[in-house]
Amino acid sequence: MFYREAGEFKTSYVDDSQTFPIKFDRMRYYAVLVIGFGIIPFVINDYWANAVFVPFLIYAIAAIGLNILTGYCGQVSLGTGGFMAVGAYACYKLMTAFPGMPILVDVLLAGAVTAGVGVLFGLPSLRIKGFYLAVATLAAQFFLVWLFNKVPWFYNYSASGQITAPERTMFGIAVTGANTPAWAKYLFCAVVLFLLAWLARNLTRGTVGRKWMAIRDMDIAAEIIGVNPLTTKLSAFAVSSFFIGVAGALFFAVYLGAAEVGEAFGIQKSFLILFMVIIGGLGSLFGSFAGAAFLVLLPVLLKNVLVEGMGWPTDLAAHVELMIVGALIIVFLILEPHGLAQLWRVAKEKLRLWPFPH
Amino acid sequence: MNAMNSEGYTTADGRKIGGVMMEMKNITLRFGGVKAITDISFDIREGEIRAIIGPNGAGKSSMLNVISGFYVPQEGEVWFHGQRRAPMKPYEVAQQGIARTFQNIALFEGMSVLDNIMTGRLTLMKTGLFQQAMWWGRAQKEETAHREKVEKVIDFLEIQDIRKTPVGRLPYGLKKRVELARALAAEPKLLLLDEPMAGMNVEEKEDMCRFILDVNDEFGTTIALIEHDMGVVMDLSDRVVVMDYGKKIGDGTPDEVRNNQDVINAYLGVAHD
Repeated sequence: MFYREAGEFKTSYVDDSQTFPIKFDRMRYYAVLVIGFGIIPFVINDYWANAVFVPFLIYAIAAIGLNILTGYCGQVSLGTGGFMAVGAYACYKLMTAFPGMPILVDVLLAGAVTAGVGVLFGLPSLRIKGFYLAVATLAAQFFLVWLFNKVPWFYNYSASGQITAPERTMFGIAVTGANTPAWAKYLFCAVVLFLLAWLARNLTRGTVGRKWMAIRDMDIAAEIIGVNPLTTKLSAFAVSSFFIGVAGALFFAVYLGAAEVGEAFGIQKSFLILFMVIIGGLGSLFGSFAGAAFLVLLPVLLKNVLVEGMGWPTDLAAHVELMIVGALIIVFLILEPHGLAQLWRVAKEKLRLWPFPH
Repeated sequence: MNAMNSEGYTTADGRKIGGVMMEMKNITLRFGGVKAITDISFDIREGEIRAIIGPNGAGKSSMLNVISGFYVPQEGEVWFHGQRRAPMKPYEVAQQGIARTFQNIALFEGMSVLDNIMTGRLTLMKTGLFQQAMWWGRAQKEETAHREKVEKVIDFLEIQDIRKTPVGRLPYGLKKRVELARALAAEPKLLLLDEPMAGMNVEEKEDMCRFILDVNDEFGTTIALIEHDMGVVMDLSDRVVVMDYGKKIGDGTPDEVRNNQDVINAYLGVAHD
């Protein structure tokens, strides 16, 4: 009824190529922004921030990053955890080396460092494709984790081998460290996510995004119509790693507060984010959000249902939860291989015709 | 046809053909021990429609791949606009103003028709990564300017109604047309068409012929095409190169080629006694 493009006449190409061409979508988008920035920060408590919102926001950044590389440019990567570790350790080194620097600058610079490392590990992609590239990025994952464990300089020679985020403030309010209020964590991550999602949208809708997708869909044809595969693939690695590095920096500094590389940024993290991207939908920004929400919320929801709702012991519930999440992922991939984003698209197409589908 | 000279010639229907745009000199292309192309020379002139024909496996597509830089010949020289072309990557060739379509459609299936055609203009779009990321300002302005050009191509090829459709959903004939649109969007000086009418029905072929003639006529684009439909080739082209087993066996106007004994032998076979 309300979800129609009928009656909306676009008179310029700028109007025609906006992100949400249908008015209802635009309204929904503004509503999400108002709720996200205007309401949630005032009602959020520690539990909701730490269990749901902050991990969701950070994983969404990482998922957008991986989606740019895998979903848009078609280069499979299993090194996400390693790149997040680069972001985390770069952020830690920057925070401790330049205590006066604003935390936002630390986080963005950490992303930039990760972009450089990502380009380095992206170089093999010029020669190898598909599964073989996945294996090469797997090497990056293990090498980076090993490096951060092995070289004490990275964790400032601390006895435990851990890195701990010192307190940093923004406008006088702590956003890292033990005294951070829940809403500050949430708002800081939400602002970063909003900015990065906006950048990702801009990149994917223009020339750069088309080059990435051309390489993904048919690399030989792309080269013949004038796409330079070298710069295109490396730019995808750079941008993707920037996002993942920022996510790693936030994950360490804002969410965990203290981290040990093997535990926080191990291979499980790479797979988790890859699952988010696949379940959400490859090549879709909305899919990155949906996948992150799905895999962050589902375990929390299951835990609440099993432990609080049905009174199961915690350890049993934890194991059953893993099995259910795994089974759901498989069921999901069989039923809708193109992910939540595709379900969303189908729903929207149906909605356009509703209530008169014929 | 008037006597051919370095300034060009006038075709039977009165179109002026210019000087030599691209010249292939003694091209030989080998894959290991297999010679795909043996010592072939021919030229393509400004504004003409040049056909390359021959039986299957004659090396026509290989020839087109040499022109578009995808294969580098072991021997011979490629001259473009009076300059010898150094071996270069396909994307560098594209930047020189050579666009092509493919025998098996090579569209980007995951993108919409509009996006596919916009990729044709990638070589002409100049904003960098950071301007793209900011979007407002240069990137948006450039996008809009190029969109206008692309919309002209869309109008020209009469595919307005499918511009937002994902390419994967289109039928074969329309895909071929979209591929032509993508090549045209690049505003090429030389357009290479690899079997533009393969697998089409009569109406689709007629449409495609009309588009090819219009492109040549309205934009003055030089066209080199490979085609198996002899009726189409003889009607469309100004001059024809005939290849067989990697060798050139004929070159000239459609009439000359039609009466060439080697060509007849290659197509119809010859009795060995």
